[in-house]
Formats: sequence, structure tokens, C-alpha cells
Amino acid sequence: MSPNDLSSYLIIGAIVFVLGLFTVLTRRNAISVLMGVELILNSANINYVAFSHFGSGNADGQIYAIFVIMLAAAEAAVGLAIVLAIFQLFQTIDVEAAETLKD
Amino acid sequence: MNVSMAVFYLIALITVGSAAMVAFSRNIIYSAFSLLGTFMGVAGLYVFLGADFVAAVQVLIYVGGILVLILFAVMLTHRITDVQITNRSAGTIPALIIVGVLAYLLVDTATGTPWVKAKQVIYEATAGKIGDLFLYTYLLPFELASLVLLAAMIGAVVLSRKEIKE
Repeated sequence: MSPNDLSSYLIIGAIVFVLGLFTVLTRRNAISVLMGVELILNSANINYVAFSHFGSGNADGQIYAIFVIMLAAAEAAVGLAIVLAIFQLFQTIDVEAAETLKD
Repeated sequence: MNVSMAVFYLIALITVGSAAMVAFSRNIIYSAFSLLGTFMGVAGLYVFLGADFVAAVQVLIYVGGILVLILFAVMLTHRITDVQITNRSAGTIPALIIVGVLAYLLVDTATGTPWVKAKQVIYEATAGKIGDLFLYTYLLPFELASLVLLAAMIGAVVLSRKEIKE
């Protein structure tokens, strides 16, 4: 583990990814599931930027990281709007409560 | 062990520790605020990787936008008083097994693979390079991104407005 070693960044990315996947798998609160998705996207970004820095040396990986950040913003806006709509309909955001698409 | 090593370990610890708080905390407010530590830690890792522009974008969009949005959603949806049931987990044991196997595989791949390395690692300002790439090589995806953001904005407004019954 050192700041000048590619694999240390990959290990951090792997740990963050695994924790995000654990959050998505176990949580019953829809907002917590969205938080897990954000963790997974962040871990992917770490890998993009790390490979861009150590592997190719050009900025293409950083471009992809910026696109991922942009899509994460869009995903958070739409996802949280859906969560608010579910809360208005069911008075809860438990993902198991909202199993019908239409009442 | 010099200063940059110590700072790197500190940032890595903040990132992973906050992510663990997000995954394991029983209170959703703590989870939401721990996300701040993860986002800031990842921004610090970007600085270590010489990606200054991406680090600034990370702080602006994730910390300034997405985190505030998530906190708003937390405040608007759950009843703050019943803290005990806000952040229930289910199926923890099978998830731990899956996640443990996946973590072993990922870390094994990350440490064992002989990655192709650049001849030398360069540190320079990246904003100009990124701007050039956006306006030449990645012009079409860049324009598509603006379209996606517009569609997401309209979709969010349509989804979250209150329906007016006739």
C-alpha cells in the first residue's frame, strides 16, 4: 500500500464497491439503497481515474469519471423523486411495501 | 514513512470507514452524513491521482448536490422520531457471504494482475486537456449528456409534483 502504487487504489475501490453492494443487498429503506448505488458509482470512478493516471497517462479515464458523476446526479434526482412519490402513495419507503406498480 | 504516505493512509481510512458506516449504521441520518466522508475521501484520492478537475467536480456535484438531495429526501420521508426502524437490514448473512467472496476475488485480481503501466507518471493541470477532449473527441457524448440532464430534470419535476385531482 502506497500512494504511488496502482493496486492500492484498486483495493480501496474494491472495498468501497463491496460495501456499496452490501448496502444495496441488505437495506430495506429505498434511500439507503440509493446511497449504496452512489458508493458503487464512486468505486467505479476511483478505478477509472487510477487506470487513467497509472496506465494510459492521458485524460480519457477522467472524462469517463465526469460522465459517471453526471449520470449519478441525474440518477439521484430521478430516484429520489420516485422515492418521494412512493412515500406519498404508501406512507413508507420500505422497498417491500411498494411492490405494486398501480393501485 | 513520510507525510504523503500518512495523508494517503488517513484519506483511505476515512473513505473506507465512512463507507462502512453507510453500510452498517442503524440510523439513516448517520448513514447519510457518513456519505460525506466517503465523497470527500474519494476527492482526496483523485488529488493523489493528479486529477484536480475531477476532484473539484466531485466536491461540487456529489457533496454540494447529491448529498444535499439525499439529506432532503431523508428529512422529507421518514418520521424522525422512530429512529429504531429507519434503517432496517434483511438477509445480512447471505449478503455477507456473497460480498466476502466478491471482495476476495476483487482484491486478488487487483494485487495479482500485472497491469500495463505508463512509462512515467505525470502530474499537471488537467482542466485544459479535459476541455479539449470534451469539445473534440467526446463532443457527441457531451451534447447527449446535456440532453440526459434535461430529461432527468423534467422527469424529476413530473414525478415529484402533487397530482391535482379534478
